[in-house]
Amino acid sequence: MDKTYNNKAWLLVLPVFVLVALSAIIPIMTVVNYSVQDTFGNNEFFWAGTEWFQDVLNSERFWNSLSRNLLFSFIILCIEIPLGIGIALCMPKKGPWVPVCLVLMALPLLIPWNVVGTIWQIFGRADIGLLGHTLDAIGVDYNYTSNIFDAWVTIIVMDVWHWTSLVVLLCYAGLASIPDAYYQAARIDGASKWSVFRFIQLPKLRGVLIIAFLLRFMDSFMIYTEPFVLTGGGPGNSTTFMSIDLVKQAIGQFDLGPAAAMSLIYQLIIILICYVFFTVMSHTGADKPEQGAAE
Amino acid sequence: MAKITLDGLAHSYYPNPKTDADFALKELNYEWDDGGAYALLGPSGCGKTTLLNIISGLLVPSKGNILFGSENVTELQPEQRNIAQVFQFPVIYDTMTVRQNLEFPLVNRQVPKNEIDKRVADMIQVLDLEDKADRKARGLTADEKQKISLGRGLVRYDVNAILFDEPLTVIDPHMKWQLRTKLKDLHRQLGHTMIYVTHDQTEALTFADKVVVMYEGEVVQIGTPEELFDEPAHTFVGYFIGSPGMNILSSQVKGKTARIGSHEINLAHEYRALEENAEVGIRPEFVTLSSGKTGMPVQVKSVEDIGRFKIVRASLEGQDVNAVLPEGAPVPADPKVSFDMSRINIYENSHLVRRGA
Repeated sequence: MDKTYNNKAWLLVLPVFVLVALSAIIPIMTVVNYSVQDTFGNNEFFWAGTEWFQDVLNSERFWNSLSRNLLFSFIILCIEIPLGIGIALCMPKKGPWVPVCLVLMALPLLIPWNVVGTIWQIFGRADIGLLGHTLDAIGVDYNYTSNIFDAWVTIIVMDVWHWTSLVVLLCYAGLASIPDAYYQAARIDGASKWSVFRFIQLPKLRGVLIIAFLLRFMDSFMIYTEPFVLTGGGPGNSTTFMSIDLVKQAIGQFDLGPAAAMSLIYQLIIILICYVFFTVMSHTGADKPEQGAAE
Repeated sequence: MAKITLDGLAHSYYPNPKTDADFALKELNYEWDDGGAYALLGPSGCGKTTLLNIISGLLVPSKGNILFGSENVTELQPEQRNIAQVFQFPVIYDTMTVRQNLEFPLVNRQVPKNEIDKRVADMIQVLDLEDKADRKARGLTADEKQKISLGRGLVRYDVNAILFDEPLTVIDPHMKWQLRTKLKDLHRQLGHTMIYVTHDQTEALTFADKVVVMYEGEVVQIGTPEELFDEPAHTFVGYFIGSPGMNILSSQVKGKTARIGSHEINLAHEYRALEENAEVGIRPEFVTLSSGKTGMPVQVKSVEDIGRFKIVRASLEGQDVNAVLPEGAPVPADPKVSFDMSRINIYENSHLVRRGA
């Protein structure tokens, strides 16, 4: 087939290119710049090579915060994905309650991160918070500022409260797109409720679940604001996640080199894990359709 | 398997239907034979899917009863009716293999393992899916998937009826023909009662022993393909079946003559006097064009040459008349039409007037 090539078309891409360059490429290059040099201010730079990267990778501090991140994301995904599917299944398919449920579900998503942190910070306080006070009153020794376990539980519950809705909404949309014929066929085949879930709903949700999984992983892996507001990374360093650590290093200690190296490593980890998840998840159970097969 | 009785069946999607127009399906009284192949044929919105859903149990009719054999199943759920249904789009269980798909309805019904193995093996053979039996069903082509949906019904030997809701919609044209032939074969081999909903006359006429033609919520005719062609009970049937459809010309009829505009033609049978709303129906296949002196003069509007024959679209004093001419036959310059008298049907208020009546 003959195609007309028109180089002027590149001009149309230019605005996007400029935008992406300003918002992503140039800032990242700056970070790369910092990560391979040392500076003592005054705009004087010395070449440092891979020194900062070696420093970061050899520091216990880095591995500790990385493992906190991994543990946190793992727990979050284990709770939010099944819970989200469950809630989506329970939501009404039609009727006047649909918009009510959808609005209720969307509500936590509309609240800014730092407000969520503040809400829970106050909610959990023993002196003025409803949750903290109630737990205190029934004799539970709960204090998220001094007890590591309590701090983690609070952050996890807070994240589940904040973000499960996203999984719910995605799953609900996925469920709504399953044609009625599948349910009718399943009834005719005498399938149980569990079979309907296992063989129709879950396979049909695969696409949205991959998205939910990736979004929730990336978001939880980059968590910053909520624990920063709630615990400030404490007690001790027990809730110092990578992003908090990064900010401490870059702005608190002004170690720009190590911070830049760490942020590049951080980003690489996220991209790598997402790539692996995506590849694995979109390949499991997916038989390559035959050529010309209609899907 | 069982005879299906529709007893005073009617359905409206409104809670309190008042007029006839509120009913998506107007009152029906029919008995469908055990082991028959029926096609429900009609344009979109004629109520054929409503009727099918009532038979399958997805819909409870507003009025009347439906019986399988002597059992009243009107209030029963689909799973209790022991029927199978093939939908417009192939419904398969993506994560299962072809074999597991076919086993599924039997496993759910707790059929013994060795019985399942035997039946499923048979069914895979019948459906020509031997080489794909252990492949994931999601990777198959649309027609293969549709075979699996059909197979899931057929493995249950005792189903009362197999219902098809426009099952060939998403199938490629060249596969449609094969799959239809396969269906016909299976019907002959296994003898299930089959009810097939379609708006495609070719599908209906090739598949079914009896075609049920529906129009605006009413069954206008149940008959063999020949009956539908020769003696359409309603002008809609005449128009809907055949390509092009029957010519319907308004006229006055009395005794053995019919007057069309300024012309009079002789009829093969005697009719009572029909002054108003009478129509003459004649298939284009039985209309001849000649340049002789006999016949009624027409103006030719267009000629469509479609290979094996030509369709001549003409106007007879303002009324459309189509004629089918054999391949190579010339269209006369100053044409006159004449009708094969024995093939003429007379209609009053769109309904067929029996000969001699």
